[in-house]
Amino acid sequence: MNFLTFLIRRLIGIVAVMLGVSVITFTISHLVPADPVAAALGDRAREDQVAAFRAEYGLDKPVVEQYFIYMNGLLHGDLGKSIRTRRPVADDLRDFFPATFELSLVALLVALVIGMPTGIWSALFRNRLPDHLVRLFALVGGSLPIFWLGLLLIGLFYSQLGWLPPGGRIDDFIPPPQTITGLFVLDSLLTANSAALRSSLHHLILPAFTLGYFSTAVISRMMRSSMLEVLNQDYMRTARAKGLLERFVILRHGLRNALIPTLTIIGLTFGSLLSGAVLTETIFTWPGLGRYATASAIGLDFPAVMGVTLLAAIVYPVANLIVDLGYAWLDPRIRNA
Amino acid sequence: MAEQAQTQAALALPARMDAPRPRARPALLRSPLTIAGLALMAVFVACALTASVLAPYDPIKQFLSQRLKPPSPEHWMGTDQLGRDLFSRMLFGAQISLTIGVGVVAPVAVFGTILGLVAGYAGGLLDEILMRVTDVFLAFPPLILAMAIAGALGPSLTNAMIAIAVVSWPVYVRLVRGQVLSLRQREFVEAARAIGASTPRILSQHLLPNLLAPLLVQATFDLGGTILIAAGLSFIGFGAQIPTPEWGVMISDGRKYVTTQPWLPLFPGLAILVTVAAFNLIGDGLRDALDPRLRGNL
Repeated sequence: MNFLTFLIRRLIGIVAVMLGVSVITFTISHLVPADPVAAALGDRAREDQVAAFRAEYGLDKPVVEQYFIYMNGLLHGDLGKSIRTRRPVADDLRDFFPATFELSLVALLVALVIGMPTGIWSALFRNRLPDHLVRLFALVGGSLPIFWLGLLLIGLFYSQLGWLPPGGRIDDFIPPPQTITGLFVLDSLLTANSAALRSSLHHLILPAFTLGYFSTAVISRMMRSSMLEVLNQDYMRTARAKGLLERFVILRHGLRNALIPTLTIIGLTFGSLLSGAVLTETIFTWPGLGRYATASAIGLDFPAVMGVTLLAAIVYPVANLIVDLGYAWLDPRIRNA
Repeated sequence: MAEQAQTQAALALPARMDAPRPRARPALLRSPLTIAGLALMAVFVACALTASVLAPYDPIKQFLSQRLKPPSPEHWMGTDQLGRDLFSRMLFGAQISLTIGVGVVAPVAVFGTILGLVAGYAGGLLDEILMRVTDVFLAFPPLILAMAIAGALGPSLTNAMIAIAVVSWPVYVRLVRGQVLSLRQREFVEAARAIGASTPRILSQHLLPNLLAPLLVQATFDLGGTILIAAGLSFIGFGAQIPTPEWGVMISDGRKYVTTQPWLPLFPGLAILVTVAAFNLIGDGLRDALDPRLRGNL
């Protein structure tokens, strides 16, 4: 199978999964006991108000027809209108997604920067103190409720030490950078806005660490395991026998081979960051998709909930596709196959 | 949380049908970390089962004159903003968490196993359909789907458990189907077929016993993951509701007091951490014991 065929098959697979996702989210939204009309208008709404509301959101039509209307809109980029914000859901997602994307990217960066070296370190010192410490760190990371971690970090770094802000993306007294990508750090860099850059980086530290800790633990464990496997391979012995520096042997020969299984986990992890974002954004009042999703689900704002779940569900298969493409870059055997 | 389940699934066991299973127990008990995990789990289960006997106070009853008391001999973990004894609430919290863990994982594991057995053994169109449905469910970030379901059903502990169950079963289908695919061509299955064993008999008497090891590992990890996701749902308002002494609700209740009365969010958070870590340690130990090739590598 050549590369193009592989890519087309994967893309068709993603479209099929998204179709299934749309059916499930639509079913959940429309066949459950909750009444979005009562949630939006209250119990005392007049009959004509209820009828007008139902007509406005198409709720007066049969469910199957509603689904086809929704899918027709979806194909044209229309995700319906939010009951809560009264704006097109696509506009809401466009406004809230960059904040979550920025937070998830930085959290992944934190996870890579801490998880990979600690995993390698742990493998090199197997069954010695550094290994035990890293494994404990990973065990805690995999078992910790992240909303609790966020709460403790706010208590320490904001309330006690006063070093870092407790929430938000930027200080109230600093105007946000001019929107280019929606990512504050990147936009601040692009517009050379040092005050906004400093403030947005400051605001990212606690939420990114909170969100990234679980992924750090997973990556560290996987990196350790892969390195242990690689360290005993013949090619490592050969590289050492050639007289190469140990650092070179580890980084050039060991790391590159150990990265392949770790990359799979990174793909899985990126999907999971979105779940974590719901809790992290709640704790740090981060104005992203997670908070939007929570508020929408509480308010039975089904068009918004559907929009968020569809968007969230596409991230996971796309992240896995990118990982598969990454294999080709890492492993010449896959690239040439 | 549930993302953990997917990660653990990625690290799942290969088929080990003719492994000498009796070795598993001594190997399991050789690891000090696993023993620590088992001990912590024993404490957790004991607290859960004896909460009504051990708890010195009613976990719900308010004593406003005793509000926000720090830990003391009368109130080992202090009291909350309504004067309720935190230690008593923690004990009942263990009971609720155990109910959530077992109440979700047991039916989900049974359901997922049946579907996985059927998909893997039948193959063909049925397998294809079941796998595509599984793919769709696996595409959702678990907490977001669980939140959408719990929101739609209405916030309550039972609905949160239903929501978590809905997002948890696909991992078992994938796991079991993968094992069945590798086992169904083995000689012992062919021999059973040759002597005229019925399909239900082959599935239940020959295939299922060989799947128990990886299933047990996955279920152990999921017990912890389920407690974690349930606490998360309760924290954001989609799970247990006040005044239920559920650990996630207690952290949410205590968040205002993180600097002034830190014991309020501290103890329930620590309880979740220790309980989930115990299940993770046992899961690691079981996996190592049942597959010596992985021992010490993860």
